[in-house]
Amino acid sequence: MNIKRFRKELFSRSKLRAIIAIFVFLALWELGSRSNEWFGFTPPWIGHVPAPTAVLVAWYALLGDPGYWQSWYLSTLRVLAGFFAAMLIGIPLGLFMAVNKTFNGIVFPAFEILRPIPPLAWVPASIIFWPTQELSIAFVTFLGAFYTIVINVVGGAKSIDVRFFQSAQSMGSSQWDVFRRVVLPATLPSIVVGSAVGMGITWEVVVAAEMISGGGGGETGSGGGLGFFIWNSYVGGSYEQIVVGMISIGIAGFICSELLRKLGSFFTPWLKKR
Amino acid sequence: MSAVLQQAGKAEKGVLKGAIRIEDVVKIYDPDGAAVMAVDHCSLDIPAGEICMIVGPSGCGKTTLLNAIAGFHSITSGSIYLDDELLCGPGKPMAQPGSDRIVVFQNGALFPWKSNLDNVAFGLMMQGKLGKKEIYDKARSMMADAGLSGTEHNFPGEVSSGLRRRVEIVRALMNEPKVLLFDEPYRALDSLTKSVMHEALLEIYYKNKVTIFFITHDLEEAIFLGHRLVIMTSRPCKPKKIIDVDIPHPRDYSVLTSTRYRQLMDETVELVHEEAKKAFSAGEKEG
Repeated sequence: MNIKRFRKELFSRSKLRAIIAIFVFLALWELGSRSNEWFGFTPPWIGHVPAPTAVLVAWYALLGDPGYWQSWYLSTLRVLAGFFAAMLIGIPLGLFMAVNKTFNGIVFPAFEILRPIPPLAWVPASIIFWPTQELSIAFVTFLGAFYTIVINVVGGAKSIDVRFFQSAQSMGSSQWDVFRRVVLPATLPSIVVGSAVGMGITWEVVVAAEMISGGGGGETGSGGGLGFFIWNSYVGGSYEQIVVGMISIGIAGFICSELLRKLGSFFTPWLKKR
Repeated sequence: MSAVLQQAGKAEKGVLKGAIRIEDVVKIYDPDGAAVMAVDHCSLDIPAGEICMIVGPSGCGKTTLLNAIAGFHSITSGSIYLDDELLCGPGKPMAQPGSDRIVVFQNGALFPWKSNLDNVAFGLMMQGKLGKKEIYDKARSMMADAGLSGTEHNFPGEVSSGLRRRVEIVRALMNEPKVLLFDEPYRALDSLTKSVMHEALLEIYYKNKVTIFFITHDLEEAIFLGHRLVIMTSRPCKPKKIIDVDIPHPRDYSVLTSTRYRQLMDETVELVHEEAKKAFSAGEKEG
């Protein structure tokens, strides 16, 4: 009982600490941004950033703007499209590469040559290759997650302890049983890790791709995704909106990672209590 | 219970299955032409239902022998029989792994992603001989017999290492193997847990008489559990001396304070220590 209470207290304390830390951070930011106005001198860097209160005001105004939500929607859609395509192709490919040496020998060299090419380097090429802007952005996002997922799946599947195979075989498992009952579950934790990292990369990539490609060519920042929203705000000189866009991406990425973490621990319940 | 144990203790050989005959087995590892002999013309007869303790220094090749019986590795020459049936030998360098020979591994090989109950039921589910309900009923009752009630729905990672070992032995027994192959299963356990595990193992053994091929380098464990000790030479490995442990089964931990146990310890300690020293200096040369 005592331990439980202690834990509870610790938890709430750490929560409190987090909240205080965020407020202190915001207060310092406000102070820095407004110091020209209040004290007549502009500190470097922070002095040019719009104050949090100004950002909040701009944000509040945007909440009713369907164009802003459209940006959320489009970026999320592109991230999810690229991400799920990467899972759909990457997981089976990685598993097959781990299981079949010949296949691995054929695919791995090409894979290793292509892998160091940053997804963003693909932007011009993919605009040429793919018929629509939408597809080319999704393709670049796909690449962002794809390599990470494949590498993790291959690594996870290859590092399965040989004892698991041996005992499964001894107990009469067929090849397919071994794959389904041993290889798949044993690789799941690596799939989860690869997906989480891959998801982070897709958000990085989608924003940059949208900035470069013009994000589908919507007018006045609406319809172009969050990356284009930021770029458009920059071009339009609305610095508050730039920050709004940045924070929005932070929130979107956080939600995605959190959902993925929940999903991951749902699929790997045996790792919970370690 | 003691009546059951005594009855089981009297039931010797005869109808039991699981006799292993190892004949002149040689295993040479040949990585990059540098031939290393792991097992050197090893012959050993293990009658059905015996607990045979294989004692030798670390890395002497005991595990190679175990892997050959289990069908995980090939042998270079010689042959191994199970109940007069050839497992591996001339023309068949590697035995087929099967549920008649189940290994209990050094660090355990319970599937961490399956609950203890699912682990125990795994073998029979794979073999598909029984219906799911029958299999799970059997799994539950076997777990209960081994004192594992209440841990059925835990993952292996959620119970103590001692319990984990017990689950693994029950998982092995579910397959009704003729032979249990133990590869230093209690190595990582502390000595107190070990003593509990030893008694538990004997109890399980008295209920399910199977042949036990038990690798260890712990003499105390070897004498306490075994009908016979086979003391192995350091690499390449072959039997150096076979010692009958003439302490009657069923045994419990009071055996450890008996005079005969002490005598056997005295007799074997020197032999084992000699081999350990050889293995140690050989290891230094290799390094």
